[in-house]
Amino acid sequence: MCTTCGCGPEQQHDHDHDHEHGHDHEHGHVRGQGHHHGHGHHSHTHAHHSPDENTRKISIETDILAKNNRLAAANRALFRDQGIFVLNLVSSPGSGKTAILEKTLKDLGGRYRFAVVEGDQQTDNDAVRIAATGAPVKQVNTGAGCHLDAHMVLHAVETFDLGQLDILLIENVGNLVCPASFDLGEHHKVVVLSVTEGEDKPLKYPSMFHNSDVMLLNKVDLLPHLDFDPEKCKAYARQVNPGIRIFEVSSRTGAGMEGWYQWLTAGLAR
Amino acid sequence: MHEMSIAQSIAEICEQNAGGRRVLAVVLEIGELSNILPESLEFCFDACSRETLLDGARLEIVRVPGRGRCASCAGEFPLKALYDPCPTCGGYGVEIVAGEEMTVKELEVE
Repeated sequence: MCTTCGCGPEQQHDHDHDHEHGHDHEHGHVRGQGHHHGHGHHSHTHAHHSPDENTRKISIETDILAKNNRLAAANRALFRDQGIFVLNLVSSPGSGKTAILEKTLKDLGGRYRFAVVEGDQQTDNDAVRIAATGAPVKQVNTGAGCHLDAHMVLHAVETFDLGQLDILLIENVGNLVCPASFDLGEHHKVVVLSVTEGEDKPLKYPSMFHNSDVMLLNKVDLLPHLDFDPEKCKAYARQVNPGIRIFEVSSRTGAGMEGWYQWLTAGLAR
Repeated sequence: MHEMSIAQSIAEICEQNAGGRRVLAVVLEIGELSNILPESLEFCFDACSRETLLDGARLEIVRVPGRGRCASCAGEFPLKALYDPCPTCGGYGVEIVAGEEMTVKELEVE
């Protein structure tokens, strides 16, 4: 059984690791640290009889996301202990997350040690693209699931030699709704929006933009062919999240990528 | 459709607290800004509670209205959406003080 998350072999995820270990494995983080319970809702149970004497009411006051938040805190403690800067990239499908990762790995791969977790419902197409850059990559297929959760990430990173990493990039399942609610233990959520989508996406999917610290406005090389108004889009994003950092980029031409790289470098140094 | 994984977490919390007794009702507190659709949650809860202690349990969902606090003038006000400005000063730096709740409050067991 897994000591951090309590999952048994029957619930186990694919263990196609390139290092050997048994099932009573440790996760290498300092246990007892960082185990917060979401909104401070600790589980406390007390029962009392209801008017109908055959039934009882049990007050439990437990945060539904408590388990995910506990595992995310364990991930965060692990990443902190190993000194890894971790980003969770979120967007709708087709915004160019994988292309941004490929370009970033190509341009910065010589300077920093990266690893990538790829989340998709099916296929390892994105992992194949990332592997071609030479960076270690782990594909997580969520099946019917619409988001990555902290448990999936906990096991995905077992495949990496964490002591040898500077930056971990987690590409979430393409979906502007569900991944907003699930903390993975990352330092920042980075939302990618492409100019071929509507400029009002930040208003239509406000949680994602509210919870992200950075927005990459991608495919700006296509702007001359579109009616998309980048200023309007940025104003909408700031309406939902006044503090959001915005970089206008093209992963295809490389335009604007330098600002993103400077932000990454500064984050790593902190 | 993350209501399915939310429903599975609810079922897990209920099973852990029911002490092996059949669960007749589950009371949840779900904030209006929490990205949960109650109808969808009920559907998923029915699906994942079949043939468990929760089979047939009634789901009572208490909605918590959104409330925001303005970072500029510190005023509190009802918040319908995350992009609502402060009605007093028009500022957009709004901290959410209520409406994101997702809590299992109470179980009724046999």
